[in-house]
Amino acid sequence: MPEVITKDGAIKQDSWVVVSRPEDGESLNMPEQPALIPADLWLAGKEHFEGRDDIGVWFDSHDEPEILEGLVNELPLIAVNFPKFADGRGYSIARLLRERFGYENELRAIGDVLLDQLQFMKRCGFDSYALREDKDASKAARALNFFSQGYQAATDTDVPLFRRRAS
Amino acid sequence: MYVYDEHDRQIAAERVAQFRDQTERALAGELSEDEFLPLRLQNGLYVQRLAPMLRIAVPYGMLRSEQLRRLARVTRDYDKGYAHFTTRQNVQLNWPALEDVPDILAELAEVEMHANQTSGNCIRNTTTDQFSGVQVDEVADPRPYCEIIRQWSTFHPEFAFLPRKFKVAVNASEKTDRAAIQVHDIGLQMVRNDQGELGFRVHVGGGLGRTPMVGPVIREFLPELDLLTYLEAVLRVYNRYGRRDNKFKARIKILVKALTPEGFAEKVEAEWSHIKDSPTRLTREAIERIQGYFTEPAYDALENATELLASQRFDNRQFDQWLSHNVDSHKKPGYAIVTLTMKKTGTPPGDVSDTQLEQIAELAEQYSFGEVRVTHQQNVVLADVRQDQLFELWQSIEPMGFATANLNTLTDVICCPGGDYCALANAKSIPVAESIQRRFDDKDFLYDLGDIDLNISGCMNACGHHHVGNIGVLGVDKKGAEFYQVSLGGSSHHDATIGKILGPSFAQEDMPDVIAKIIDVYVDNRKEEEPFLETYRRIGIEPFKERVYA
Ligand code: SF4
Repeated sequence: MPEVITKDGAIKQDSWVVVSRPEDGESLNMPEQPALIPADLWLAGKEHFEGRDDIGVWFDSHDEPEILEGLVNELPLIAVNFPKFADGRGYSIARLLRERFGYENELRAIGDVLLDQLQFMKRCGFDSYALREDKDASKAARALNFFSQGYQAATDTDVPLFRRRAS
Repeated sequence: MYVYDEHDRQIAAERVAQFRDQTERALAGELSEDEFLPLRLQNGLYVQRLAPMLRIAVPYGMLRSEQLRRLARVTRDYDKGYAHFTTRQNVQLNWPALEDVPDILAELAEVEMHANQTSGNCIRNTTTDQFSGVQVDEVADPRPYCEIIRQWSTFHPEFAFLPRKFKVAVNASEKTDRAAIQVHDIGLQMVRNDQGELGFRVHVGGGLGRTPMVGPVIREFLPELDLLTYLEAVLRVYNRYGRRDNKFKARIKILVKALTPEGFAEKVEAEWSHIKDSPTRLTREAIERIQGYFTEPAYDALENATELLASQRFDNRQFDQWLSHNVDSHKKPGYAIVTLTMKKTGTPPGDVSDTQLEQIAELAEQYSFGEVRVTHQQNVVLADVRQDQLFELWQSIEPMGFATANLNTLTDVICCPGGDYCALANAKSIPVAESIQRRFDDKDFLYDLGDIDLNISGCMNACGHHHVGNIGVLGVDKKGAEFYQVSLGGSSHHDATIGKILGPSFAQEDMPDVIAKIIDVYVDNRKEEEPFLETYRRIGIEPFKERVYA
């Protein structure tokens, strides 16, 4: 069973599977376990998935989270893919899902997820991280907390440092 | 200038610990070279042709004496005893050892310095006019806003992995633009609206490099309290839609061009409408708190020392020349702004030794309230010198090599490190600067030519800002040999213009002659006091071409 890091740096076992986008003309290859499917395909077959707590969605870094505006909380889990760790689009997608569309359930970083990006991910609203397999999960807790505070407001805090200083 | 509080100190200390951890993991092989690369770049660490190079941030160019002394010590203990002022108001060390970098950062953090985001695809050091706060005609002091941007952009969790590097510059004078804001990713011109409220005119998508562009205005007036939310909107649009498939098309200028400035502005406004009133919106108190760090020093109540200076000038011609070229007027009577030039012929532009750094620290304490500013022309400014002490100051800096009275003239060359130091270079740049400085060593002739910006870059990355030089020189590689392409008519000021390429490139040994011919055409054609750029604009590039390629 794959491991996933939680926001507190703990390791949890998890059975969610990421279902990749099917080739043209092919249909989704649904597994037995809980599945994350491409967000647009979930939207297209929404009636079909209604009320299921074992179906979530994933966005790729070039996808537009706007397509799920108003629907996000119907999903138990949303994942955002980092095809390469240096592709920073996922951070914006996460903040939009949380701050603009009010998503409240689990938000997971998947793909090229490394240690040194975890704290940025946490600050942008991710609360679970599918750390790349070759990375040492025991170091995640430290990496999530390199900094005890940040200058900016983000998903994790409404209060930028300039407002904290004032009070 | 800004002083850290306990929050800044804590963040700085945590940053040093983080980078130490990252360096250890890299050295232990737990981080691959690819994975460590952006982490070290975001800490200003390049691996260069000869050794690593560490770029240390000098936020908007401001340095205190204790910081200069610490820099001197660091160059002595960890490097070869000299540092280099860059064209972006930062300082570079050319020879530190990778494993020493965490210790260097710890030493710097003690004096409130760091190397955060001095490289990499993130928001870089915000730059501004080196005469901020002391010039006569500024709308307001831009430095508090630069500090506000510095804090907002430091480890911003959403914008640490942008498509490409991102540079912001702020200018506050309506007449001059010493910060070259129109060739930055975001250029902020401080303005007042009809109601007298303070705000910014926002330029986006300027830049040099392979596709030089002057940044169009996307908002005529942005109220000051909206600064950060609006920047956040611009950055979010860029982060989401900027190209990531091709490094050469990844700067925001390409996105602005693709969407058109109007189209880009619309996207930003749409994004901004959602976050305009978010907690990131600045408060009056937050701005005032930062402004409190940039109050005027304890100036003496003085009169202008006009008569004294007149007699000193009369007695000493060199002092007279220095005063006319390297000293600018100050907003307070009895004070002056002095630029120490780091452009002595024979020394690479911007290079300073440890001893010189200490001398500058000393001078700052003695003559200018213990502060200096680094300029993007690679010089150092003492912003608050009493006029009645100018002569004494000049006498002491003359032997130190800081009084070369060539500020803004042809030999005050902006020059990148080029092939002598930089791994990306196509050609050397320092020897070209030097050969031109040697060719034009006649001061009277130089002064007669007036202000001419000569900018030299060793490759297309344009660290020497060659596109916006009145005369620009670019190192190019021609079948493995070093050649130089010349462009004319560039400007980085309010009339920002990208220079035009003169024609086929030249060998290094021909460069002084080529520049001399260009200057001859100017001298033959100029009308009275007409500066180089105006003559060029009037007569066009043809007469220059004819003479140079005759
Ligand atoms: S312009 Fe090119 S050669 Fe010069 S410092 Fe920049 S990257 Fe190096």
